[in-house]
Amino acid sequence: MSLEQRKANKKNKKRRRLVFRSIILLLLLSAVVFALVSNFNKDKTSYEAGDKAPDFKLQQVNKNNELESIQLSDLEGKGVMLNFWATYCKPCEAEMPFMEKLYPEYKDKGIEIVAVSLDANELVINRFIDKYDLTFPTPHDANSEVMDLYDVGPIPSTFFINPDGEIEEVVNGALTLDKLEDHFQEILPKK
Amino acid sequence: MKKIKCECGHINPEGTVLCEACGKPIEENQHIEGNDKRKLLNMRYDGTARRSLTYNRSIVDKIWSFFSSVKVGIWLIVITLIASAIGTIFPQEMYIPAEAPSRDPAIFYEAEYGIFGKIYYQLGFHNLFSSWWYMILIALIGISLVICSLDRFVPLYKALKKQKAKRHETFLSRQRLFSETKQVSEEEKQKVVEALKKQRYNIQNENGHILAEKGRFSRWGPYVNHIGLIIILLAALLRFTPFLYLDEYVWVREGEEKVIPGTDGEFYIKNKAFTLDTYDIDDVENERFKEAIKKEGEPIAENYESDVVIYQAEKSAVTGAEPELKKIIEDNITVNNPLKFSGFTLYQAGYQLNEFKTMSFNVHEKNDPEEKALGTFTIDLMSPEREYKLDNGFRVKVENYYPDYYLDNGEPRSESKYPRNPAFVLWVYPPGSEERELSFIGIGKNIESQGENKYKIGIEDFEMRDVSGLTVRRDYTLPLFIVGAAIFMIGVIQGMYWYHRRIWIHPKGDGLLLAAHTNKNWFGIKKDIEKVISDTEINMVVDQQELED
Repeated sequence: MSLEQRKANKKNKKRRRLVFRSIILLLLLSAVVFALVSNFNKDKTSYEAGDKAPDFKLQQVNKNNELESIQLSDLEGKGVMLNFWATYCKPCEAEMPFMEKLYPEYKDKGIEIVAVSLDANELVINRFIDKYDLTFPTPHDANSEVMDLYDVGPIPSTFFINPDGEIEEVVNGALTLDKLEDHFQEILPKK
Repeated sequence: MKKIKCECGHINPEGTVLCEACGKPIEENQHIEGNDKRKLLNMRYDGTARRSLTYNRSIVDKIWSFFSSVKVGIWLIVITLIASAIGTIFPQEMYIPAEAPSRDPAIFYEAEYGIFGKIYYQLGFHNLFSSWWYMILIALIGISLVICSLDRFVPLYKALKKQKAKRHETFLSRQRLFSETKQVSEEEKQKVVEALKKQRYNIQNENGHILAEKGRFSRWGPYVNHIGLIIILLAALLRFTPFLYLDEYVWVREGEEKVIPGTDGEFYIKNKAFTLDTYDIDDVENERFKEAIKKEGEPIAENYESDVVIYQAEKSAVTGAEPELKKIIEDNITVNNPLKFSGFTLYQAGYQLNEFKTMSFNVHEKNDPEEKALGTFTIDLMSPEREYKLDNGFRVKVENYYPDYYLDNGEPRSESKYPRNPAFVLWVYPPGSEERELSFIGIGKNIESQGENKYKIGIEDFEMRDVSGLTVRRDYTLPLFIVGAAIFMIGVIQGMYWYHRRIWIHPKGDGLLLAAHTNKNWFGIKKDIEKVISDTEINMVVDQQELED
């Protein structure tokens, strides 16, 4: 073996070693990143701002509203306030009058309120609707399916969905009148 | 990179301590294993060059050599151990007791454990085992494991493959077991070789230099073991993907039909009946537990089980729309006896007893001491009607319903949607009259609005039902854990129950040098040598380590 051959050999070996080590380190690094990212995502709700709002269909129980059932995809082109509530939840009760107050005006401007009730029976929902004279649709999620779909934790929880069917914002906790109006402005359909 | 040429002609890589071929100590590298200060040679990894110790030019090489250090690995393990231990001092966030005044970790730890609790919380120990830095520690241990193993296995494998029967004299004389015999006949030597063969040693002969070796495969034990560990770590990693691993919990009431969480609305479960058996104190079989049962005071569950039906929904349904259900299985789930279907396993895991299901009421005259029923009606507490028409012309209208009644600053409210403590506000319309009377009725409560009611409502009867708690699990990573654990065990056995033994015979003049090395059980190899030289005049090897001490 000549000196040059040996040198070339050595260089080759060195390069192979570098490639081998780099590949192993990259593999290990990607495994670590995968673990950290999945662990970080585990605690988050599955849908957030920017995601497409998943479709659902539920029976509507508010007799003051003419709709019999609600399917989210039918509302495309309108801004949608998707609110999860229940009669036994106090902060939900607090924001209901605000929603009712803004509903007639914003309905004409192209916004629909969909207030999904997580209660077990229709009687309590109806009594509640009568108490506050609610007129927007209140679908009844008796089996908690839509709640599971949207991964709703503590209520009230509200998803503001823009006319393209994308979630504009997720609000956990009760809304004030001002904040509610601000969010409505964000999802107003463009003329 | 400088190569080292040994006098035997073999070219060794830089950092070699003992020549790969003949074993002669390489002068300038003796400090690496500390051989310069002792008589005996350190035989770790057969004196090969662990390359990471010798060159680290690029950043990749530097990272590599950092993780290649066993010292670093041990430190990582020690740090993780200490952190884990600290993590057990106070309860983790998910184990904050339900009855704690505040379950908010920001408040709980300080309130309960004072300043140490506060520090504990602030440093993130309350959620240690899923915190990013704990996960990084585990990951670093994993990386260290892979690189340490690779960096040792490869050179050791090569060295044992390249080793020659002919070894340098110094190599032999600096082994732990060594002897020199001045006069040995060829016949005697042949006898020894035959005896070694009989003991299932592999013999290599190089111009009369003999290497007898057995159990080299034992040396791979630790690396096999590490492969097992890496597979286990990998399996744990795969548990993050919901497709491979899923762990949910669902409460199903008797008679209720519910979607099974985690199945994307594909499977539904119906709870037909829940049964709880408790230990019977009067049963002779339980005689010896009598005292213990008495002491406990409450009934102790002996077994609990649910009769369930599993349905599959037609896939096209939009979430929430009434799906068409197809019954796929009807079975019984007992503790430790789960139900399996389509990759999911349902375990009986908990229960809540005696939730109200229905309640029947009667209407009677307030002044009637016998409370003779004028009419009765039954309310389904999960779906009550607005109005009930009684047989004798009475009408009862539900003004309000509180499934889980409590008083909130004097105002009746419901705590949840479950009928745990049902209460009603009812209007009673006597037959043919529009003059209604208001009553409030619940468990142990019966209030009339103005105190002038003519009629009173009484609870006649109620039906209770139980709620079954089921764990829903899908775990495709389990086989990988089993494979990893099995390989781990094979590695342990391989390294534990086999020994790597080598015996060298080196002719010198009319006699020979005899030396031996093993990775464990020195007593055993001495026995082997005793046996093979028993018929000869060859001197028994001397344990030079014992001499040294």
